[in-house]
Amino acid sequence: MSTPKIQLRKVRKVFGEGGQAVVALQDIDLDVRANEFVTLVGASGCGKSTLLRVVGGLEYRSAGEVLVDGRSVIGPGSDRAMVFQHYSLYPWLNVMENIKFSRRLRANRGQFTSAEVEAASGRAEALLNLMGLPAAALKYPNQLSGGMQQRVAIARALLSRPQVLLMDEPFGALDAQTREVMHDLILHVFRLERATILFVTHDVEEAIYLGQRVVLMAPRPGRVDTVYEVPLPAQRQQDMKHTPEFLALKREILARIRETSGMKTDLDLLEKLNRPAAPAP
Amino acid sequence: MSSRRDGSAQPPLFAVRGQIGRRQYWALALIGLVVPLLLWWAVSASGMVTKTFMPGPVHVWDRAVLWFTEDDLMADIGISVYRVVAGWGLSALIAIPLGLAIGTYRPVQALLEPLTDFIRYMPAVAFIPLVMLWIGIAESSKIAIIWIGTFFQMVLMVAEDVRRVPMAQIEAAQTMGARRGEIVDLVLLQSAKPAILDTLRVTMGWAWTYLVVAELVAANSGLGYSILKAQRFLQTDKIFAGIIIIGLIGLLLDQLFRALHRKAFPWLWLR
Repeated sequence: MSTPKIQLRKVRKVFGEGGQAVVALQDIDLDVRANEFVTLVGASGCGKSTLLRVVGGLEYRSAGEVLVDGRSVIGPGSDRAMVFQHYSLYPWLNVMENIKFSRRLRANRGQFTSAEVEAASGRAEALLNLMGLPAAALKYPNQLSGGMQQRVAIARALLSRPQVLLMDEPFGALDAQTREVMHDLILHVFRLERATILFVTHDVEEAIYLGQRVVLMAPRPGRVDTVYEVPLPAQRQQDMKHTPEFLALKREILARIRETSGMKTDLDLLEKLNRPAAPAP
Repeated sequence: MSSRRDGSAQPPLFAVRGQIGRRQYWALALIGLVVPLLLWWAVSASGMVTKTFMPGPVHVWDRAVLWFTEDDLMADIGISVYRVVAGWGLSALIAIPLGLAIGTYRPVQALLEPLTDFIRYMPAVAFIPLVMLWIGIAESSKIAIIWIGTFFQMVLMVAEDVRRVPMAQIEAAQTMGARRGEIVDLVLLQSAKPAILDTLRVTMGWAWTYLVVAELVAANSGLGYSILKAQRFLQTDKIFAGIIIIGLIGLLLDQLFRALHRKAFPWLWLR
């Protein structure tokens, strides 16, 4: 087996100093293979977003090692594109200008021949079509629905052919119907672009449907609890969500999240609410 | 909500954050402007108050016309606009880059923000003796007073405008390979521009409120100076005229800024 695309070794992240220090990530070990789709789930405060941001270079790790293609991550870079939950598009640029934003940066300029520049602008068109937005090229972000905005954000992240795509609850703010469409779209992108995707979500169904593996994290301190292999064929279809394997895995993961969340009082409250009223004596 | 006979329902006029029609809006705006004017006219015409204390609108208008024909009102307006725009412009020239640096880099913020916060509470009027001592009584001293009155507020407001740029916009650029300077140029400045223009509009209004103070310093022309001189001669009608003219110029500049805002940032107004 070749070396993993992403290697995390004893990654530790501490927020704050002294007595107020909080261990957000404790000794995280995780390997992600090239062209693998891995989803991260867990109760809030388990550090799944922090972990993603450490890989993206947006947070500095306190200890341990993060390797992408065998090279240590020392900061953000265009080899690891990131899609955020919202507010990441530039409202003063139209859709096409947003998608081509990275072309303006020195890091992606200079080394291109005119043929490459042409190919790149063809790629922007192709991505726009892939996202089903050919008519929106000249629109501005605040003229688009939330789902369309996220499609633009994904296209923008894909423009420079990143090897790794990091997605931080990208569909968290969308309604259920739009989210289903986005799921199939991102799987299509995944097959087409052959990227390695690390995807954070709080939605277990989303995590199973998209991921080849689901990494369950637990809070206080943030750590990897269980890694589940998803027993579904590579080519996912919406009706797989109703298969016994899918439902069994979903039940298992949800139960484990509840166990690790440490929200005992909340569970007690739920139980009390669900208990049928005591019969009158 | 009230029901009509045809079955349609109307929201009440005073709905919280409710909408009113265009015609209703302008009718109310007109009432808001005309009623005080009528009251003013009625009080002064009734003879309840002597003319020295409150001249009527007609008197003030006549005085303004006289000022225009005999006393070179336009020159007073010109020099005052020059002083305000120069002092305010000088503030903007320094406050925008400085505010950008404070809003972008935490060390710059730590270094400069507490100091600026401290100075901005100092009354601009109290600086007059110092300004006269340091700069003299030339034109630059009046500009300096307006600068002192606007600069420190403006720096803090620009810094706040820059800090309000969503973190996701910055981080998206970082993960596309943007360097520090590129983030400032291509993201922070572009994203904060509309808010900064609004800050400039608001501080322009404040600059006008410092005009009379600035023209306390050995001036011999200008709207503020004319108001002060009129006070010495108890020309209440001229004081009224001066104040109203300053208000009208302010209103005009404010509308110009709003028009510029719509023109410069059309993407804000798209739906």
